[in-house]
Amino acid sequence: MISVATIFDHAVTLALGILSVSFLVTIYRIVKGPTLPDRILGLDMLVAIAIGFIAVIGIKTGYTLYVDVAIALGLVGFLATVAFARFVLSRGKTEDDILSEAREAASAARRQAKAAAKARSGSAVKGLDPGPVAGKTSGRQDNE
Amino acid sequence: MNELATLISAALLVIGSFFALVASIGLLRLPDVYTRMHAASKAGTMGSCLMLIALAIHATDTGTMSRALAGVVFFLLTAPVSSHLLAKAAYAVGYRLHASAVMDDMEPKDNA
Repeated sequence: MISVATIFDHAVTLALGILSVSFLVTIYRIVKGPTLPDRILGLDMLVAIAIGFIAVIGIKTGYTLYVDVAIALGLVGFLATVAFARFVLSRGKTEDDILSEAREAASAARRQAKAAAKARSGSAVKGLDPGPVAGKTSGRQDNE
Repeated sequence: MNELATLISAALLVIGSFFALVASIGLLRLPDVYTRMHAASKAGTMGSCLMLIALAIHATDTGTMSRALAGVVFFLLTAPVSSHLLAKAAYAVGYRLHASAVMDDMEPKDNA
């Protein structure tokens, strides 16, 4: 016959192991997560798992001050998620929007650079204007 | 009586951590942010609440017990609010549903 204390010890160890696995899986989602809301959701889940960890550790050690830590962590996690949601709303564009904007800006800069180079070679053929001025302006447009 | 409380608390610990594991597997496997939210905000909240209830059962003094139950209530109140805010923000900004989604009730109608 197994004693109750042994069962309890095994249950605590099993709970800690399962929580560690789910912690790692959630971290994988945060690292991989294709969009910002995925990562915010992973952070929220991480807070929930940390509260579970705190409860298990509080039971294991009998140190009941950890309950206050769990409540404070829940409050911080809630406020962080709300603030991140406001940030997603105020940023107002998805990762796809940002990527396509960057691509458009890059192609526009390339077109401008090509036009500037053509203008410079044309002026060099005519022999009117020395190169450095045109080179300087095209360099500045590249940075844009 | 004391042994029964210990056994119940051990069972709640294992069940709660199992719920947390299911939530994180859902976070890993589901296709888009809305379905992942469905996994994380329901099963994850359930898991941590069950573990806090296990702490409340295991605690001997009423102070710890009431604080743990207050934590459960607080967590049950805040988790839906935060995930709903996040889902609403993500939808308003324009994160798409996965291609396998069959229904979108918030889609703007043309003939409205």
